[in-house]
Amino acid sequence: MANSFDVIILGGGPAGYVAAIRAAQLGLATAVVEREKLGGVCVNIGCIPTKALLHSAYIARLLKDAKEFGVEVGSVKTDYGVAMKRSRQVSDQNSRGVEFLMKKNKVTVIKGVGLLQPGKKVKVGSDVYEATKGVIIATGSRVKGIPQIGLEINKTTVISSDEALFLEKTPASLAVIGAGAVGMEFADIFNAFGAKVTLLEALPRILPIEDAEASDTLAKSYKKRGIEVIAGAKVTKANVGKDKVVLDVEAGGAKQTVEAAVVLMAAGRAVNTENIGLKECGIQLTDRGFIKVDQRLQTTTPGYYAIGDVAGPPMLAHKGFREGAVVAERLAGHTPHPIRYDNVPSVTYCHPEVASIGLTEEQCKERKLDYVAGKFPFSANGRARGTGETEGLVKILRDKKYGEILGAHIVGAHASEMIHELAVARENEYTVEEIDLAIHAHPTMSEAVAEAALDSLGRAIHM
Amino acid sequence: MATTVHMEALSPTMEEGRLVKWTKQEGDPVKTGETLAEVETDKAVMELVARADGSLVKILVPEGKTVPVGAAVAYIGAPGEKVSDASTAAPAARPVVSSPSVTSAPAPPASPVPTPADATRVKASPLAKRMAREAGVDLRLVTGSGPGGRVTKRDLEAAGTQPAAVSSTPLPTPHIPPAVAVRSGAPYEDVPLTQIRKTIARRLVTSLGPIPHFFLTTEVDMERAAEARAALNKELGDQGKVSFNDIIVKATALALTRHRACNAWFQEDHIRYWNEVHLGMAVAVEDGLITPVVRNADQKSLSQISVEARALADKARRRQLKPDEYTGATFSVSNLGMFDIDQFTAVINPPEAGILAVGTVVEKPVVLEGQVVPRKRLRLTMSCDHRVIDGATGAAFLKTLKQMLENPLAMLL
Repeated sequence: MANSFDVIILGGGPAGYVAAIRAAQLGLATAVVEREKLGGVCVNIGCIPTKALLHSAYIARLLKDAKEFGVEVGSVKTDYGVAMKRSRQVSDQNSRGVEFLMKKNKVTVIKGVGLLQPGKKVKVGSDVYEATKGVIIATGSRVKGIPQIGLEINKTTVISSDEALFLEKTPASLAVIGAGAVGMEFADIFNAFGAKVTLLEALPRILPIEDAEASDTLAKSYKKRGIEVIAGAKVTKANVGKDKVVLDVEAGGAKQTVEAAVVLMAAGRAVNTENIGLKECGIQLTDRGFIKVDQRLQTTTPGYYAIGDVAGPPMLAHKGFREGAVVAERLAGHTPHPIRYDNVPSVTYCHPEVASIGLTEEQCKERKLDYVAGKFPFSANGRARGTGETEGLVKILRDKKYGEILGAHIVGAHASEMIHELAVARENEYTVEEIDLAIHAHPTMSEAVAEAALDSLGRAIHM
Repeated sequence: MATTVHMEALSPTMEEGRLVKWTKQEGDPVKTGETLAEVETDKAVMELVARADGSLVKILVPEGKTVPVGAAVAYIGAPGEKVSDASTAAPAARPVVSSPSVTSAPAPPASPVPTPADATRVKASPLAKRMAREAGVDLRLVTGSGPGGRVTKRDLEAAGTQPAAVSSTPLPTPHIPPAVAVRSGAPYEDVPLTQIRKTIARRLVTSLGPIPHFFLTTEVDMERAAEARAALNKELGDQGKVSFNDIIVKATALALTRHRACNAWFQEDHIRYWNEVHLGMAVAVEDGLITPVVRNADQKSLSQISVEARALADKARRRQLKPDEYTGATFSVSNLGMFDIDQFTAVINPPEAGILAVGTVVEKPVVLEGQVVPRKRLRLTMSCDHRVIDGATGAAFLKTLKQMLENPLAMLL
């Protein structure tokens, strides 16, 4: 029967397409239902295009400082429209890449809006498809506004990343609400492209989930670049005009107004759980609105699984990747290695980059763990000096008795690439001593990781 | 269609063979009569030869593993031929079964990965190694859940062997398994024999017969146990009676929970340390004896044990015991007290590693605080399988048992 598959996946984003590839690799007849472009938010309006724009921002900033490196480029002009178009090409390439992977693995892609039905069925248009082994829900998430204070996304003066990614030019001024990864990255981009940027965060620190030291380093770096950072900021009222928005902000006991041509909402995401037939199939949600899943990522209705953003935080593509692979393996009768949710790296690609894994120092204190912090600043690293990227540090928190790596935090250029040494170490339960025992090439930024490990043992060499 | 290579009886008395070395590897071409592997039999290392031409498409039994005669060890087929999983899984995965009681024992939960077969190299994460070293935990006794059976921090925590959780009954020598809390989820844990354990096993067997017994005797003061028994029986009234034997069964079971090293089975190439206590109770029947089993005796109350022991003994005498009522014991107790026997040695019921021989409670003069006084005394003799239990291990167990019987209140702890 043409409409029968082993596995049907609702949503072709990171979690869904990886589940599809893995299921197909294991010989399962697999279909993916996607209403838009394959690759989801990540590929089309998230991770991938923002990384392209951030690189444009990086080049703009690099060229402004080029003279001291002995390179004269005259005056530097930026054009967001050009950068945006390039980022679109990158996204399209990646989306086509996913399409190619679906073909290569003989995954059937069903275009349309899927509706879950009881009996492991998915209805798309007038067709009903049936899964023999399981239905995987990977419908992802979307940006949300804060309508309670008048900040409903209107796509002109109050926008989300969805619109920011398609702007033809830089707004003169921009207020970014929310200093998580998305807010931090757009503040970085638009600052480099010449906008006057104000960054507002409700919690006491920007990048609130990161280690305080990482957060402080970023706050300093942003201020130095002319980005206004207001943490502990409560937006009490928003006056949305035709070509500007005035925000009433309370911060540190004082009231102030922030005026910007455009407000970018980066204060969280809502999961896509509406109108996909969850209720009809008896699939329950958690108090926070995610799909309720057990350890095996099965929903409250047997045969239906949920992965990626809809299955709960952290809402990260690489967490969805792994969940997709794991569920596919289970459906194929394998016993996959369990996911260690405490070992998912978190990365913000602003400049300098912030990457972390495990506990923050604050969490170590809260849990009353007996820990030692080892640190190494990039200002003491030869490679970093050479490239002029001396901002930031590596910080490793180790258990005092056994040397277990409780958490690791990197702020600095290429932090996103360096964190994986620590991810591998933690996954395999290496202690700080194994980090030191591995010889690190000189000169590299990664030496700072080894030095931080050594510092936690009280014997850093280059400091 | 692939030809199955079986473990052959290479000597008239051979029941199982250890695959010492594969002389052909997967993918190698083989001809009828060519040597495939070296197999260690009960007599010597012999050659297992091919009975078909083709290619050695699949090896089912890794080097070092022992399998019974008749078990499939490999497949010979056309080069590149795939052998279906169904045909490979069953024979290869089946462990050496040396006791019929395995069927009656609770099935072990499906473990994602087996314990490492190579006893000389322990697979463990650096962190787990370090934690184990500090806590004095033998990593070979911990089942690993990581890739390839690697022991991780979580496994140590699950085994209750974290430093804080280590039991307070230290055992005298480093070769003795640590005092791991007996209740730890899985019904038992298989620990491969270390080289020293193998040597001990081999040498003792040749010196003392199939099971190298040794015996430990201790005398226990039963005054307080007698008082406790009298008080309990008064309390129970006509609802039943607690015997000395019930108290001994209970105390033995509790002592075993603290000395897992004695609650074990010798399994030829590994020792199975039980995390549950099932106590065999030797019962004389018309033309012999049988050992019905009080399951989870450590967790049952004295009155429960009393009722159950009586019922089992009755059934035994009427020959109505079902197989699952007389198999699967992890340790046994034999009591000849009713025959006025002061002291005797019991013969171990394999694969159990120990049995306790209980004499009669007799009143005799004892020097107590400088005075000769009449006291109720009991002689206990433990027979130990030296391949599993060393002198100090058995003695430590007996000491705990003696303390419990001499101070029955301690059983409530």
